[in-house]
Amino acid sequence: MIGHAEKAAPFAANEKRAHWHDQALWFVRLKRDRQAESIPEWEELRQTASAIKAHTLSRIADYLEEFERNATNNRIQVHWACDAAEHNAIVHKILADRGITRLVKSKSMLTEECHLNPYLEARGIEVTDTDLGERIVQLRHEPPSHIVLPAIHLKKEDIGELFHKELGTQAGASDPKYLTEAARGHLRQKFMAAQAGLTGVNFAVAETGGFVVCTNEGNADMGTSLPRVHIACMGFEKLVPRSKDLAVFLRLLARSATGQPVTSYTTHFHGPVRGGELHIVIVDNGRSTILGQETFRRSLSCIRCGACMNTCPVFRRSGGYSYGYTIPGPIGSLLAPLRDPKNFASLPFASSLCGSCSDVCPVKIDLHHELYAFRQDMVRGKRVPLAKRLAMAGMSYVLAQTWAYRLAGGLMRGIVPRMPRALVYGPWNPWGRQRELPPMPRHSARGLIQRDLTQKGAK
Amino acid sequence: MSSRDSILAALRRNAPATSPLPEPPAGIVYPDPAKQFAEAFTSVGGKFVRLARREDIDPELEKIEAYAHARKIASLVAGIGRSNVDLNGLKDPHELEGLDVAIIAGEFGVAENGAVWVPGSALGPQRAIFVVTQHLVLVVPASELVHTMHQAYERIRFQGLGFGVFISGPSKTADIEQALVIGAHGARSCTLFLVG
Amino acid sequence: MPRVGLFIPCYIDQFYPQVGLASWRLLRRLGIEVEFPEEQTCCGQPMANSGCAECTRPLAEKFLRIFGKYDYVVAPSGSCVSMVRNHYAQWLSGREGFDHLRANTFELCEYLVDVARVSKIDGDFPCKVGLHMSCHGLRELRLARSSELMVKPFNKVRFLLGQLRGIEIVELTRPDECCGFGGTFAVNEEAVSCLMGRDRLADHERAGAEIITGFDTSCLMHLEGLIRREKKPLRVMHVAEILEQARLS
Ligand code: SF4
Repeated sequence: MIGHAEKAAPFAANEKRAHWHDQALWFVRLKRDRQAESIPEWEELRQTASAIKAHTLSRIADYLEEFERNATNNRIQVHWACDAAEHNAIVHKILADRGITRLVKSKSMLTEECHLNPYLEARGIEVTDTDLGERIVQLRHEPPSHIVLPAIHLKKEDIGELFHKELGTQAGASDPKYLTEAARGHLRQKFMAAQAGLTGVNFAVAETGGFVVCTNEGNADMGTSLPRVHIACMGFEKLVPRSKDLAVFLRLLARSATGQPVTSYTTHFHGPVRGGELHIVIVDNGRSTILGQETFRRSLSCIRCGACMNTCPVFRRSGGYSYGYTIPGPIGSLLAPLRDPKNFASLPFASSLCGSCSDVCPVKIDLHHELYAFRQDMVRGKRVPLAKRLAMAGMSYVLAQTWAYRLAGGLMRGIVPRMPRALVYGPWNPWGRQRELPPMPRHSARGLIQRDLTQKGAK
Repeated sequence: MSSRDSILAALRRNAPATSPLPEPPAGIVYPDPAKQFAEAFTSVGGKFVRLARREDIDPELEKIEAYAHARKIASLVAGIGRSNVDLNGLKDPHELEGLDVAIIAGEFGVAENGAVWVPGSALGPQRAIFVVTQHLVLVVPASELVHTMHQAYERIRFQGLGFGVFISGPSKTADIEQALVIGAHGARSCTLFLVG
Repeated sequence: MPRVGLFIPCYIDQFYPQVGLASWRLLRRLGIEVEFPEEQTCCGQPMANSGCAECTRPLAEKFLRIFGKYDYVVAPSGSCVSMVRNHYAQWLSGREGFDHLRANTFELCEYLVDVARVSKIDGDFPCKVGLHMSCHGLRELRLARSSELMVKPFNKVRFLLGQLRGIEIVELTRPDECCGFGGTFAVNEEAVSCLMGRDRLADHERAGAEIITGFDTSCLMHLEGLIRREKKPLRVMHVAEILEQARLS
């Protein structure tokens, strides 16, 4: 599988577009900063959120049982899926048993992870993503490029063209208001015709046996209060123990995600719609294995706010697709190789380890330290090219012997300046493609310090 | 073994040592929560109106253009608004389509973010009303404001609740080039009367 | 008088000797009897950064052997100090002297402010300076508040530079965005790395900087490489060079 760097290079090469993408996301980061600043207890909230998640994960099985009990009392039907295939089969069975052929979905990264849409479509079910951004990428037959802003990689002109073709909007029209209105009309029809609604879960509460879904558009509310059947899909890590924990996470989530104080709708489901049914599918799909890995289990605390993507200087200049996984950016660079180290071996290296992600993360996942640690796993698993591993071994040998180091340094500084430029800056020198090499001075620092010392002594 | 049991067994096997469950921090206390609420609610695209008395609501409603021209109005607040839709007569939530204005009572407001708690019981027979309506009006007593979400969750009783939603302004999206557009799927406008 | 060992990272030793010399002289002139142990080479960061844990081990061990005997170790490099403080435990945990080494290894500015308690640096530096807050010093050593954190602002580097007469530290639109060096990242992800670097330069240029300074020569080496290729009217200088040069004036 081609690595992140190869996919990032063409994105970065279109500098104008890359800058536009960078600015759009940086703008969201600034909005986040303003919201975070307005809360004096922000850092305390992050600390608490992190500790609540750590605690919950440490007793997750007990809390899931408590949740199941209380949810059942709320007339919610609880299903369990070990993996993506089982998840998809459960959802399909619920729909098929009721003869449902039209499903509306609100955003759920889990169903993206499980590739639910193609699974259902292949079985004759019409699936409509109703979040505007998700609908846009669905019409383009693309995955989302960002978990909160699925169409952030597209310009309004791209969307205008798409809607002209798919929804019959005026040719050349690209005003966001106009396009959104067209989508509203189009999706209202879908909502009115839907027989079931599927949502993700932002938080589920063990103590109350219910769950919370956050949207700005109201699509989850439309999709779950018109049809009689509501299916909600969640990874087990979405659970929190108490309803008061919701306050901690809801204060952090929208502020971190989009720089809003809260989403327009924060909907609490504790039972089915009048005369209807409510199903919840609890999914593992590799998560329990991650729970067993001490170095990486904190990645399960993620509340999918996307802040680490918005702040990541690499993501902003390489785009979501360069990661090749449902969840891109710093958190995706952990989750993808945790699931499939062979195909995503390059992702832990797709970071300058600047640490901005760790500082922005509302649940304080030590993202850049985990990426650093993951690199060692990749080397141990021989997933890093041999040439690179050998180069490092050679370098280590030289650096470990002071004489060899001094000799090699002296030779390099003596020889490189005398070499023809074409030889130094050949295609084998990626440093020198857009940059000059550092100067090759005559003396090393130790030489200068020695001289300083002897001159002082002489004086 | 069922999937349920094998998942739970794996989670028990792999769980780390228990760490303590902390209490949420004490939240910010605003000197003037009504002012903070008004600012927050306005910042999320809502229209905030402060009224001294309940009797002031009806004349104030007429000033809302969407209301003045509305054909179908449903009020779930006793004695308020020119309600002309019999919600109990609807057989199906789909019949709400075409509703111009819904007037709903919020239980309390949250100053930090302009959110209004609306329990399912305030939504009448069809909970879809708050999102299907083209325009939404919320009525909240001025005495019912809390500072933060921490206080909010101390108030909410989930026992027998079924459904409840925090509403903070109208429906919106910024999915096209981060340009904010009000009126995505739900209400195109959200007016709030803080009364008393 | 405490014994202070000076660690000069390999790339400074080889490519930017004036930075090593300036650090040495600055410390000495501030009355700190710093020593330069000759056997030193590299902290092992390039290998660690590439995930080659076993290649890093001998260098971590060597570092402890050489510097374990000092009361303090000072280095003009945030990332090397972070290596010792945040990553060496993997190889050295439990070794005699390691806890002491870890607790007493400081980045130069950090040492001057927190340990030597230098509150006044006398000197002139009438230039417009852009301060590049390299990530490891910023977020791993906390030399300053990072823009993500909602705590009281502070900046130890700026505090030192701010002492100089005539200096103008320009205001950047993104005060602590990464320059894209990132160790082996600079080569592995050359395209993104260089775009990040050029964006940083543009920010400094827009703010009117004549000189870009920082406490990590590795980032400055990357930025300088871009500056020289594009022949921009900018210069890079390590903080130690500025402080030392200003003192001389
Ligand atoms: S890792 Fe943290 S910052 Fe990134 S999406 Fe998850 S919660 Fe948000």
